[in-house]
Amino acid sequence: MPRWKIWLILAITLLGAIYAAPNLLPNNFLQQLPSWWPHQTVNLGLDLQGGAQLLMKVEVEKALGDYYEGMTDSVRREFRQANIGYRDLSSRADGLSLTVRDTARINDAKAKLHKLDSNLDITESDGKITLKLSDVGLKARRDQAMDQSIEIVRRRIDETGTKEPVIARQGTNRIILQLPGVDNPERIKQILGKTAKLSFHMVDLEAAPDSLVAPPGDQRLPMQEDPTKFLAVKQSSLITGDMLRDARTSFDQNGQPVVSFEFDAVGARRFADVTTQNVGKPFAIVLDDKIISAPVIREPITGGAGQISGHFDTQGANDLSLLLRAGALPAPLTIIEERTVGPTLGADSILAGRNASLIGMGLVSVLVIVSYALWGLFAVAALFANMIFIFAVMSLFQATLTLPGIAGMVLTIGMAVDANVLIFERIREEYLNGRTPLAAIDAGYARAMSAVVDTNLTAFISALALMSFGVGPVRGFAVTLVIGVITSLFSAVWLTRLMLMAWFSATRPKQLPFTKTS
Amino acid sequence: MFEPIRLIPDNPNINFLKLRWVAIMISSILVLISIILCFTPGLNFGIDFKGGLVIEAKFETAPDVAELRTELNALNLGQITLQQVGADASDVMFHIPQQPGGDAGNQTAIAAIRTHFTDRVSEYRRIEAVGPQVGGELIKTSLYAVLLSIGGTLAYLWFRFDRGFSIAAITALIHDVVLTLGFFAIFHLDFDLSTVAAVLLISGYSLNDTVVVFDRIREDMRKYKSKSFVEIAHIALNETLFRTMMTSGTTLLVLLSLFVFGGEVIRNFTIALIFGILVGTYSSIFVATPVWLLLEKREKK
Repeated sequence: MPRWKIWLILAITLLGAIYAAPNLLPNNFLQQLPSWWPHQTVNLGLDLQGGAQLLMKVEVEKALGDYYEGMTDSVRREFRQANIGYRDLSSRADGLSLTVRDTARINDAKAKLHKLDSNLDITESDGKITLKLSDVGLKARRDQAMDQSIEIVRRRIDETGTKEPVIARQGTNRIILQLPGVDNPERIKQILGKTAKLSFHMVDLEAAPDSLVAPPGDQRLPMQEDPTKFLAVKQSSLITGDMLRDARTSFDQNGQPVVSFEFDAVGARRFADVTTQNVGKPFAIVLDDKIISAPVIREPITGGAGQISGHFDTQGANDLSLLLRAGALPAPLTIIEERTVGPTLGADSILAGRNASLIGMGLVSVLVIVSYALWGLFAVAALFANMIFIFAVMSLFQATLTLPGIAGMVLTIGMAVDANVLIFERIREEYLNGRTPLAAIDAGYARAMSAVVDTNLTAFISALALMSFGVGPVRGFAVTLVIGVITSLFSAVWLTRLMLMAWFSATRPKQLPFTKTS
Repeated sequence: MFEPIRLIPDNPNINFLKLRWVAIMISSILVLISIILCFTPGLNFGIDFKGGLVIEAKFETAPDVAELRTELNALNLGQITLQQVGADASDVMFHIPQQPGGDAGNQTAIAAIRTHFTDRVSEYRRIEAVGPQVGGELIKTSLYAVLLSIGGTLAYLWFRFDRGFSIAAITALIHDVVLTLGFFAIFHLDFDLSTVAAVLLISGYSLNDTVVVFDRIREDMRKYKSKSFVEIAHIALNETLFRTMMTSGTTLLVLLSLFVFGGEVIRNFTIALIFGILVGTYSSIFVATPVWLLLEKREKK
């Protein structure tokens, strides 16, 4: 073996030990180590440390529908200014359509529409114009809805004081949320379950209160307190939730919890205008299409602050103010998968995983040492080194160790032993066929390599397939397996060879520990 | 240090191939039965694929299962199966079917359970809810993973060996996978994501075992130019026997340890693997090599 190779093997082994060390050392000792010493440890998966994982679907289509609906307002305004007559203006989840009365003005109309949003595809036949977002525009809208959703989810979770949440986009319309240490995510689910779109509307006093159909320009909304009661309110909103600067829970003179809010500059000016013009009339505070309350304006409110009292309990007021501070979601979220692990199960799993690995390794060590004596001891040493390498690589890449991951690690023990058995058997064969000890060792390693590489490569391919398609538990398992296959190749082939060579030059044996028994 | 102990005699000369027709027949029958079992009664798909909920609750005091069942029936959550786990009967696992309301329905079910047992359950050790859509996707990606893995290894084998070897190896692999599925169907074990991982692993292991034998056959073909393929296969099987036994042995030891000490969560996974390793060891001797001999008709003298 060339000298550089010996040094390389030793260097890699040393590096492995250094990187794996933080996982074994006690925390206070770790802090005294110099800063160049790596401090990363393996992350424990939620199934080991306990916690909740929620996979949520963002109803992006709803955000698109909202966009088209908002677009109808802009169309109305533009066409009024340009004096273009139209009818049948309506929006759906996938576009909006209208018919231009005067066919001579169709080109004018199209130009105006194009100016509104250049990402709109405009198609026209017989004066009927259909607007749809182009593929580019659609993707941009969706991405925007996703980014916004993630941001709002993050803000809401931060407001609840949850430590170290992981929030990430998954695929085109999903968000994965991991909450370590949370074993009852019910409150968090409640907080994420609301889009929290807040708006103020004037109540339409002329609408018949019992009428089931709202007059044009109005919408009929249920009361939060009693969903069987409805009020007709103006469709257009006076003020929306994004004009709020802050919201806090406070108590009114009767000791009832209320939500106090402050407007930003725009909101404050508008609120002052509206309340000045409408003294004595009621307005409705609407949250997610439900009326929280409909107070009567007693006097102009010009201070830029106000209160919402809606028969809350303290928790309800806290939740609402949290939602208002964090902002509205662009689209509703649906929880499509939930996995929660309580702290005792996590702890049990760690213990079970550790016991199973140690006992499994012990049993294997006994079998290998019985079969190969001193050489078996080398193989077992390589096994332990392999465990260290797996931990080192996982720490280095900050990979997550899960319970199936531990199983994967335990299984690589089997793989690592396999390589050594292949090699040792080959050496034995070459030796019994009459080669000298040194020649037998060399030939054994060389000739066994073909089988070792084949077995490891096939295992590697299946592990890679698992990793690329695997989700959740399967992935955790595949990660350790991929790492284990690579590290075991190093430890079982190079490391044992180094040990064998060292033993050989120290003892210069005339014979290898293999004899024909039959 | 002591002398190494050979756990099986040296230079074995076991005529496995004498039994190859019997083995192929038995294997064919078992594969057929397994395929039938996969349709009737069918695999017992877990919530990962079907959607639904699994809740493991630790009660303050061990509950009466019959009473619990009546209480749960009153909650109207469909056909719930209950299972006591752990040593002290206070741990109960609820298997709740996919709720009619889809994702929202599953969430309502969790809330209903939490509210109903609020003062009696000290800890929810595990709550898993998978919606119908996610379940469908998981089936699809798992299938892709299995096909990709088999396709990838097939391509590799074709490149490393030749057509005969790779077809024989894949036959053995499919044999192992199908038998494992049949095993899961007959014992009604939960077939979930971790079982898919196990199946993939079994296919990896099956190939692994086969490849070592084939590697040796190929080498011996060059070495003994005048021997027939059956003779060569016989020699190669015996030459690799110690390794086959040793590797299966160590892997099984590790798996047994996982089975006994690894806890409830990965038990199904371990059972699948133990079965798969046993079948994989059998198939590399009794399926892969005989099939290869069938494909390579050319007899040498």
